[in-house]
Amino acid sequence: MRPPHSRPPRKAYYGDAHPFRGLGQLAAGRRPTPLMYPARAFLFLVWFALAGCSGIQSSLAPAGDGAHRIAGLFWWMTGGALLVWALMIWLTYSAFRGRASRQSPRLARLYIIGGGALFPTVVLAVLLIHGFRMMPPLLASAPEGSLRIAVSGEQWWWRVRYHPPSGPPVELANEIRLPVGEPVEFELGSPDVIHSFWIPSLGGKMDMIPGRRTRLTLRATRTGTFRGQCAEYCGTSHALMAFPVVVMEAADFARWLEGQRQPAANPAEPLLAEGRDLFLMNGCAACHAIRGTPARGRIGPDLTHVGSRLSLGAGILPNDPEAFVRWIAETSRVKPGVLMPHFGMLPAAELDAVAAYLESLQ
Amino acid sequence: MMKSLSENRESLWRLIVSPSVWALHFLASYVTAAIWCAKFAPASGSIAPVRWLIAAYTVAALLAIGWNGWNGYRRHRLGAAELPHDADTPEDRHRFLGFATALLAGLSAIAVIFAAMAVVYFQDCR
Ligand code: HEC
Ligand SMILES: [Cu+2]
Repeated sequence: MRPPHSRPPRKAYYGDAHPFRGLGQLAAGRRPTPLMYPARAFLFLVWFALAGCSGIQSSLAPAGDGAHRIAGLFWWMTGGALLVWALMIWLTYSAFRGRASRQSPRLARLYIIGGGALFPTVVLAVLLIHGFRMMPPLLASAPEGSLRIAVSGEQWWWRVRYHPPSGPPVELANEIRLPVGEPVEFELGSPDVIHSFWIPSLGGKMDMIPGRRTRLTLRATRTGTFRGQCAEYCGTSHALMAFPVVVMEAADFARWLEGQRQPAANPAEPLLAEGRDLFLMNGCAACHAIRGTPARGRIGPDLTHVGSRLSLGAGILPNDPEAFVRWIAETSRVKPGVLMPHFGMLPAAELDAVAAYLESLQ
Repeated sequence: MMKSLSENRESLWRLIVSPSVWALHFLASYVTAAIWCAKFAPASGSIAPVRWLIAAYTVAALLAIGWNGWNGYRRHRLGAAELPHDADTPEDRHRFLGFATALLAGLSAIAVIFAAMAVVYFQDCR
């Protein structure tokens, strides 16, 4: 059931991400012969290795300053490792082929001292110095007057508070948007256990540690939709703690943030008004805030504009009325261990009304 | 010639002097930086005093390792024997332990320098 007010279906955020798409086509339409299995396994491995090089959550398809540096380091190291590997294979091969008598003790000593001690020392020193020199720029703070975004990792979602250079802060959740080309300073923390904040397409990762404030500066270099993921095991649903990241033109971003700053619109239709009343009556407001209504809870994510997010439940469900119903009725089936009680006891009609109301919060 | 060679006791201990100095240097550097940044400096504060202290630890560690390595080298050069020191004699055991001591000293010196290089590039507590 799709209520009349809802938007046309959006390009699903999940469809793009699915890692196993296209796999079935690999050897489609042919009867398998025994020889095809190794060939397929090989193709699978190649495909699997290359799949990491693109997509919305890859360090190797960089869209930010930090990620560009990290990807560069990765390719240089991979190239260097291949060279050293080839050299070792060649040395091993020639050692077995050559006759022992022809290898003078002097040459042997050269191999041992040069290849065994000097060469690795020089290679390691170069790598180490290069790595050290990369770190200060990766950790530098954003200039004074930049946009600050405070993100708190909570089991198993993200509290996100925007502090624009002017104007009061705006608290949202489970999605991060930033203006392209501008350094943004993230202030990271956690009230419960250690989480780690990572948007591979934009930069490196940073731990979120209870009782401490860590910082990370990211500067996106192109617009697009990416994916962030908690990168430090934090409990049962750690793997289900993700978030969409949207990099926008600066003007679009300012307009978006202004929209998110507004309180929720008053329901225009009876179904939506019923949904709001059910939301307030059933205790949802004890944990959730919807600005512009009496709901002021702070335990769970702010829902003022929850219908406008690209995903639901911290990056795990699409954002549509069916997903809202599933989330509310089967919460812990969707996200094991979740710290929100499920409301599966509500009659279907009421669930639909609450879902329609939440989806209408654009 | 039968000098009393201490291939058993002191030589064996002297073998691990350099790696131990490396471990101590690492520990001292780490602890100094951690305490400074936790107790005496803000999150993005300068680590200037830590850099000087680590420089001092590094000089001390390299002197100790240099002395230990030189000592090992001299034992390796005892008499006129050639590598490898693999004869079943007290002299060769003595030379072998000396040679291993010298090599470990070289490795430890490089490790100490690598560890100290961190503060050449890092200026603050981040
Ligand atoms: C005991 C506190 C609590 C109550 C009561 C509660 N929730 Fe939640 N809710 C949470 C928490 C915590 C989360 C985050 C869960 C996660 O993602 O791990 C959440 C998440 C959500 C989300 C997803 C938000 C997003 O950004 O994707 C929706 C929607 C939601 N709740 C709706 C409801 C509704 C509707 C009710 C009442 C029927 C309700 N909640 C009652 C704590 C609560
Ligand atoms: Cu986690």
